[in-house]
Formats: sequence, structure tokens, C-alpha cells
Amino acid sequence: MWKFIHQLASPPHFYRIAQILIPWLAVPGLLLIGYGAYAGLFLAPMDYQQGDAFRIIYVHVPSAYLSMLAYMTMAVSAGIGLIWRIKLSHAVAAAAAPLGAWFTFLALATGSIWGKPMWGTWWEWGDPRLTSELIMLFLYFGYMALRGAIDDTTKADRASAVLALVGAVNVPIIHFSVEWWSSLHQGRTLVKEGGPGMDPGMLYPLLAMILGFSLIFGALLLRRVRAEVLFRERRTRWVKDLILSGGN
Amino acid sequence: MDLSMGGYGAYVWTCFIMAGVVLVVCEWRARLRHRRVYRDIEVRIKALGDS
Amino acid sequence: MSSEDEPIGMLSGIAGIARRDLLLAWKRPGDVLNPLFFFAMVAALFPLAVGPSPEQLKLSGPAVLWVAALLSMLLSLNSLFLSDYEDGSLDQMLVSPVPLSALALGKTLAHWLTSGLPLVVVSPVVAITFQMPFSVTGYLMLTLLFGTISLSLLGSVGAALTVGLHRGTALLSLLILPLAMPILIFGARTVSLVASGDGVAGGLYFLAAYAVLTLSFAPFATAAALRISNE
Repeated sequence: MWKFIHQLASPPHFYRIAQILIPWLAVPGLLLIGYGAYAGLFLAPMDYQQGDAFRIIYVHVPSAYLSMLAYMTMAVSAGIGLIWRIKLSHAVAAAAAPLGAWFTFLALATGSIWGKPMWGTWWEWGDPRLTSELIMLFLYFGYMALRGAIDDTTKADRASAVLALVGAVNVPIIHFSVEWWSSLHQGRTLVKEGGPGMDPGMLYPLLAMILGFSLIFGALLLRRVRAEVLFRERRTRWVKDLILSGGN
Repeated sequence: MDLSMGGYGAYVWTCFIMAGVVLVVCEWRARLRHRRVYRDIEVRIKALGDS
Repeated sequence: MSSEDEPIGMLSGIAGIARRDLLLAWKRPGDVLNPLFFFAMVAALFPLAVGPSPEQLKLSGPAVLWVAALLSMLLSLNSLFLSDYEDGSLDQMLVSPVPLSALALGKTLAHWLTSGLPLVVVSPVVAITFQMPFSVTGYLMLTLLFGTISLSLLGSVGAALTVGLHRGTALLSLLILPLAMPILIFGARTVSLVASGDGVAGGLYFLAAYAVLTLSFAPFATAAALRISNE
């Protein structure tokens, strides 16, 4: 087991193993999303207050959840790379960032569109989740901008790792800040609070969507990391052998 | 099967389609990047090999 | 700094570098005054743009003053490590026997004394033009006190990450602003709450706690960032 993890940190092994893993994540992920979307759109009972518009929850909540999962992935792998100097870890962080930014954008866009029929406005500064998602998008942009500004890969890895960690400390604070102020003004929350109060017919598709999105995120991440690893290791022997032998 | 989503169809479907597009775009770009990196290395190796 | 056979204590290391920066700032008063003028001018932009209605000024006062203070801090943070980077002092700091995090803290302290504290002191003057009653002004100063401390500390991390980078200025702002948003939210809105008579203890506690939090990790993060940017 330990040997497996140790091997995983070696780029050529990771490259190979990831290729095998991707379909095992992607296919169940797509199936779950298929079920979740169908059930969410057509089978789940209609919401009493919001009508059918509430069905947007089935893409909004998974996106928001993924935006945070991606950030945590980025920060944790950046931290591991910084502390234990594992190059592959840095590659994971670099690969996670654009994915996280896309999911954050999706959360914002779906949140905004949901807001229109609900409150009549395309944006609601009083909604804590929307506002903290926006700040998170800026955090992602900052991270990617810093990476882009530094030419040397190792320096870029380590500098952006510091930034990611500082940002990670701030993510819960940002959420707390915005939530606190929203509750002061009895803010109109966008997201219907799930949990035990939620009808199982509504809840299961949501859980399926969240899990499905997570698996897809995993598959996408692995794909991006493979490309990243290939690029970083382009001058090594194993890459040369791989390409000459016509492998993928 | 209420495709119009009780009148909110435009909103709901836009969101779902947007989500699908984002997923497809991410997949595409990842594959594209991989292919481009691979090809660049291949070209360089072959060029060095021939010289 | 001291000769090699005298071990330098951490506190005197902090004090030493803070004193040096303060002396440098004393010799160049522009470094302190320009951000203050900037603060006043940015604050003035809003009534100019929006119009001088007193009710609007009173309402928007806390927010405008806080945004202006934030931008002024960003402006002065740019040059935190710049001159040291350019004249080689930064390299000296990297190999100094004094821990780098202590030196970072010392520099941040000097920065706050020359950029943050003046803002706190000057803010009542600008606040008057926003029809801010004196009772509220006191809270404005208190929130700015805690807020500018946090900003100096957070900003030092950003400055360390971007020192010497092409177009580091814009990048620094991009990095710091999202992190500064909770400070802004709590700072400005707490002062607004005072004006409307609500309880502000929660907001003040948050700002104080945030300052303590950043104080506990920022010097180390700044030191790490300095090493990374300059190895």
C-alpha cells in the first residue's frame, strides 16, 4: 500500500496509472449526472414556493461545492508540494486551478440566472453564497495570474503555493463574513437549505449530481495533470522512451 | 414531463445547458493541451534524432 | 547591523530594521504624505461623481472612507520591499542571523507606522466632509486601526510574492484585494451600523481577531515568500 503511494508520486507511474483511472471516474460520474439531471428535472416534486425554477439547484449547488473542493485540492496539493517538495503535487495544484475557476463561474452564472425569476434582479449582493463565490473567483484569478507572471516553474510553483495556502485560510473567513452580514439583514438566501428537511425525492438527485460532478472533476483533473506532467518532464528519458514507442 | 418547467424553462434549461457546455469545454481543452504537448515533444525528439 | 560576534536578539532585530525603515521614511516625507493625499483624493472622488447631497454623503461615508483607505494601503504596499530588492539589502536580509520572519515583521511594523497609522489619524479630517458625527468617527478610527494592521500584514505577503516581477503593481492588488474583502466588509459596515444605532461589538471583535490571526501567520508567510522570490 505504502509502495503504491510512493510510486504514485513518481511522474511516469502517475502518468500511467492516471490513464487507467480516468474512465473509472468519468463513466460512473456521467451516469450519476445523467440520473441526477433527469430525476432533478422531471421526477423531483415541484417546490412549493419557487415552482420549477428551483430545479436550477441541481447544477448550482454541485458547481458551488466543486468550486470549493477544487480550491481545497489546489491548496492541499500546493502545501504538500511546498513542504515535502514533491513536484507532482505542484502539477496537481496547477491543474486544479482553471477547473476550479470554471466551476466558480458556473456557480455564479447559474446563481445569477436563478436569482432573476426569484428576486427580479440578475445579481443580489445580499446573497452570501453569490458574494463569497465572486471573491473566490478573484482568488482563483490571482493564483493563475501569479503563476503566469513567474517564468521559472519551480519558483512559480512555490510562490503560488504560498498564495494558495494564505487564500485557503481566508476562504472560511470570507464565507463567514458574508454570511454573518447577510443574517444580520435577514438576507434572502438563494439556496434552499438541504438536509433532513428536504424531501428525499428532491434530495437524492441532488446528491447524485454532487457525487457525479465530483467524479467528473476527478477525471478532468487527472487528464489535466497528465498533460502538465508530460510538459514538465518533457526532457526526461522516460518521456522520450514513451513517445518513441508511440505510447499515449 | 413538463419541458417548459412551469414557465421557467428559459432559466432552467439555460443553466443545465451551460453546465453541460462547461464540462465539455473543460474536457476538450484538457485533451487539446495534452495532444499539443505530446506533439511538440514528438517533433523535438524526432528533429534531434535526425540531426 | 551589529558585528558578527554579538548575537542579535529577535526583538532587537525587529526594532533595528523597523528603526532603519522609519529613518528612511523620515528622510523622504513624500513616501508618507503621498498615500495620504491619495486617500483624501479618492475619498473626494465619490461626492464629485455622485453629487453633494448630505444624506447620501452621510450614508456612504463609512464605505467611501474605507475603500479609499484600502486603496491607499495598496499603493504604499507596492514599495515595501522594492528599494531593498533594488539596492541589495534584501539579499542581506536573506542571509542575516536574525530570523527572516522577524525582519519581515519589523518591516511590516515600520510600514504600518508610516502608512496605516497616519490614515487612522487623518481619517477624522476627511470624515468631517462626509458629515460624519464625532461619535461615529471614533468607531471609524478604531475599525481603521485594526483594519490597517491586518492590511499591512496581509499586504507584506503579497509584496514579498510580487517583488521584482514585471507589472508587479497590478498583480499585487489582484492578489491582496480578495483577501482584504472581509476586512472591508466588516470595517465599513460596522461603522455604518454605529450610525444607525445597532450593536457593533461583534464587528469590532472580528476585526481585532483578524488582526491577531494575520499577525500570527503573516511574518512566516512573508519570509517564505521572500526566500522563494529571491533564491
